[in-house]
Formats: sequence, structure tokens, C-alpha cells
Amino acid sequence: MSQSYNRGLIEDFSRWREFSAGMWAWIFHKFTGWVLVGYLFTHIAVLSTALSGAAAYTNTIQALESLLVVRILEVGLLAVAVFHILNGLRLLFVDLGVGLEAQDKSFYASLILTGVIVVASVPTFLSGVSI
Amino acid sequence: MAERYTSFEPGGRRWLWQRLTAAFLVVVLAFHFFLLHFVNHADEVTFALSQARMEQLTYFSLMILFLVTATFHGVNGVYNALVNQGLSGTRKTAVKAILGLASVLLIVQGVRTALAWAGGVPI
Repeated sequence: MSQSYNRGLIEDFSRWREFSAGMWAWIFHKFTGWVLVGYLFTHIAVLSTALSGAAAYTNTIQALESLLVVRILEVGLLAVAVFHILNGLRLLFVDLGVGLEAQDKSFYASLILTGVIVVASVPTFLSGVSI
Repeated sequence: MAERYTSFEPGGRRWLWQRLTAAFLVVVLAFHFFLLHFVNHADEVTFALSQARMEQLTYFSLMILFLVTATFHGVNGVYNALVNQGLSGTRKTAVKAILGLASVLLIVQGVRTALAWAGGVPI
């Protein structure tokens, strides 16, 4: 039997104080998705310097990686990617009928696990950069 | 009748393909991050190291599949998000065409780059 959930209009962001966990999960998944697809196009553009020769590619990547702001943006990208992966797994399980009753808890778990993985990765992502 | 809380059109296959590519991307995106940030470090990247990986057919074909599935998943996600926001009619058709063209260009550029590293298809 179908159930009806009256969530109201999620696109009305002025209601954000009334949003439930599942609505925040939907917003975060959309936001991280937009960031990731934007990054995909940027990533291929940067990697395309390989078409200009070995030196152009190596110099471009190493110049970018020497910048602290790039490393910080990479940590942000990791956060976005990890959340999208974990919440994506949550969505796949819910679509398969597993864990729907605990979908709010699995959203909180996705957030916490994302935070732990990102914090633990900061030393690796900032290694070798001069401040 | 229950309302439909989904970004996808009823009866379409976009939902299914979004899920199938998601299942693949969950594994390969995690592998990609782990390999290029934890096994190898980003500041140690050189053309020669990228070339050494791309010259292996397994890695080359995995990256091409990664490019194609990530492009589909990302662009399909954007398209369905826009439809969900009310995109319709001529604008919907135009957006579909633009996103389709952008996808083709991205994949072509990605494949050209992979071929530049590998020096051709590594068979």
C-alpha cells in the first residue's frame, strides 16, 4: 500500500527551519551533485594540458598543487565526494526497500562518517605544501 | 494517491540508469580518490607516472568507463534536477540538447587526454 508523506514544498527554502532529515539529505545530495559535475568538467580541462606535452602537464599540476588554496579546495572536494557516495549508498538501499524506517539515522551517520573521513584525511591532503 | 517525491519522470529509464551508474561510481570514485591522494600523492604527479598507469589496458579501460559513467550520472542528475524545478517545453528540449552536446565534448576531450598519456589504445 502506498503511503503519502506531506512534506510540503522543498523548493521553498524559506521554510528551511521546518525541514526534516530526509529533506536536508535531498538538498545536500543535490548540492554535492552540482559541485561534483562542475568539478568533472574542470578536472578534464586541467588534465587536458597533457595534450600540450609532458612538461606542460607536469608543470601545471605541480604549480596548482603547490598552492594552499588548491589543497583546501581539494579537502572540500573530498568532503563533497564522500558525502555524495555515502548518501548515495543510503539512497540505493532505501530504493531496494532496506532501511526506509531508519533513513533519518542513516543520513546522520552519513554526515558523521563524512566528517570523520575528511578530518582524518586533512594531513594527507596538506602534506608537502608551503604556507 | 501518494505524491511522487522523485526528480525523475514516471515510466522513464533515466532513474534506473542513474542507479546503475551510481552503484559503479561508488566503488570507482572511492578507488580514484584513494589511489591518487593516498597511495600516490597529488603533489608528486608527473606526466610519466600518469602515463605508466594509462599504459595498462585494465586501468585505461576502467578510466574510460569511469569518464563515461560519471558524465552520464552527472549530466543526467543535472537534467532531472532542472526538470524537477519545472523545466518544460522548448526550454527543456534545448537544455537536453546542450547537456547532450556538453557530455559528448567532455567524453571526447577525456578520451583524447587518456590517449595522449597511453600513446594510443594500450592493447
